[in-house]
Amino acid sequence: MLLIHCPYCEEDRSELEFRWAGEAHIARPENIAAISDEEFAEYFFLRNNEKGLTYERWRHIHGCGRFFNAARDTVSDRFLTTYKAGLPKQVLPETGASEKTVETYEATEGDAR
Amino acid sequence: MRRYSVFAVAREAMRAHKGWEAQWSSPEPRSAYDVIIVGAGGHGLGAAYYLAKEHGITNVAVIEKGWLGGGNTGRNTTIIRSNYLYEESMDIYEHSLKLWEGLSQDLNYNVMYSPRGVMMLSHNTHDMQSFKRHINANRLYGIDNEWLTPEEAKAYVPVLDIAKTARYPINGAALQRRGGTARHDAVAWGYARAASDRGVHIIQNCEVTGIRRGPNGEVLGVETSKGFIGAKKIGVSAAGHSSVVMEMAGVRVPLHSTPLQALVSEPLKPIFPCVVMSNTVHAYISQSDKGELVIGAGTDQYNSYSQTGGLQIITHTLDAICELFPIFRRVKMMRQWGGITDNTPDRSPIQGVTPVPGLFVNCGWGTGGFKATPGSANLFAHLIARGEPHRLAAGLTLDRFRTGRLIDEAAAAAVAH
Repeated sequence: MLLIHCPYCEEDRSELEFRWAGEAHIARPENIAAISDEEFAEYFFLRNNEKGLTYERWRHIHGCGRFFNAARDTVSDRFLTTYKAGLPKQVLPETGASEKTVETYEATEGDAR
Repeated sequence: MRRYSVFAVAREAMRAHKGWEAQWSSPEPRSAYDVIIVGAGGHGLGAAYYLAKEHGITNVAVIEKGWLGGGNTGRNTTIIRSNYLYEESMDIYEHSLKLWEGLSQDLNYNVMYSPRGVMMLSHNTHDMQSFKRHINANRLYGIDNEWLTPEEAKAYVPVLDIAKTARYPINGAALQRRGGTARHDAVAWGYARAASDRGVHIIQNCEVTGIRRGPNGEVLGVETSKGFIGAKKIGVSAAGHSSVVMEMAGVRVPLHSTPLQALVSEPLKPIFPCVVMSNTVHAYISQSDKGELVIGAGTDQYNSYSQTGGLQIITHTLDAICELFPIFRRVKMMRQWGGITDNTPDRSPIQGVTPVPGLFVNCGWGTGGFKATPGSANLFAHLIARGEPHRLAAGLTLDRFRTGRLIDEAAAAAVAH
């Protein structure tokens, strides 16, 4: 289970209080009725699904109820930072963890220490 | 390839088992192949086998970054069934189930397919209506599925608690008798042996790091940790890592990868005969031939490649198992693990051509790809050989997310399946 820092409550809370809400920084097209099917599929379905650094939305659903953004490493599951919705993407260097294939719990455990 | 038979066992017994040969060869890669399959799981190895067997294409390599069958093929709970709601799903899963029935003979390898029945428990009115709709759809399509009363379910699975006062009361069940289980490792090994025998190269410990493309965008081959290997056609069958591999060719796919966990108990004497699933409380359980209870849990909510998973997920599943089967409360769990599943928005697989000439994809099997192994592999081979999908897989294209012709098993099952 993850420990997640809510940038509104300013507290580290258990993952049980949060709901994952998909990729962050996807803007809904303003002219949604006018865009092509390809553009709609891109906006609606296609996602990055990165192995390594990813930007995603979370919602503190059993806390303050607010959405926020997070940068996380999908190999070690470690949160690099969380920040309030509406702030620009926090540019971070690619994490080292994804450079080599680390797939066992034992391997990531060492990294987390 | 020396065929396995009772006579072979007898012969080897007479000479101290010194005559058994390696099941597949491990050659150095050639500089180029007609077809390269990325990913040596059941789907990829099976596709190579059917390319050689049914389409006469033997200059094929299956490239695997780890070891053969070490991904989701070796991590799933081996459930086989075909009782899906939509025709596109029923087509491919039933095609697969029919292949399961003859697979051991076809491969000359005992995959231990055991049609012991898959029972799906109904806990409320919504479940009952949904399952009966599935049953009717299946039977109209020629697929077996039947409704059981709670007493009939109890007679089939005596350890089930059907008391009306139970935490999760049972008001009936759907049973597909032809569903069941198989030995997951044997599926990978059997396909590997049969494919290798027909000239397919299986190259393990060789990671694909790039896909090289020509001036017209067509594929030229793959960059790997063992150097460049040329290919006219590339089939990607990389499960949880499909997004990563497809990104190498600049193709985005509508997937998100999440850990899915399973766990097994200490071995017990045979105690119940089939697979029992409960979508509503999200637990599924069967007993392996070794006697272990094999239990499948849910997926984590977030994208991850960590092949582990949160403790609260398996705790939730075990809570449900203990309520449904009070007799299992004191059974010890021995091992737990995770695999990375590739989930699509409609929870139906993607198999088809891509915008890149010569590049084919087979992904999105999510939490239920094992049951589809022979059927998916068979139709993926057809797709690669002919360049267009087989009739039975025609609806599974990547294009459906543009056209909107989704196959919404996610809503039909209301659960990962």
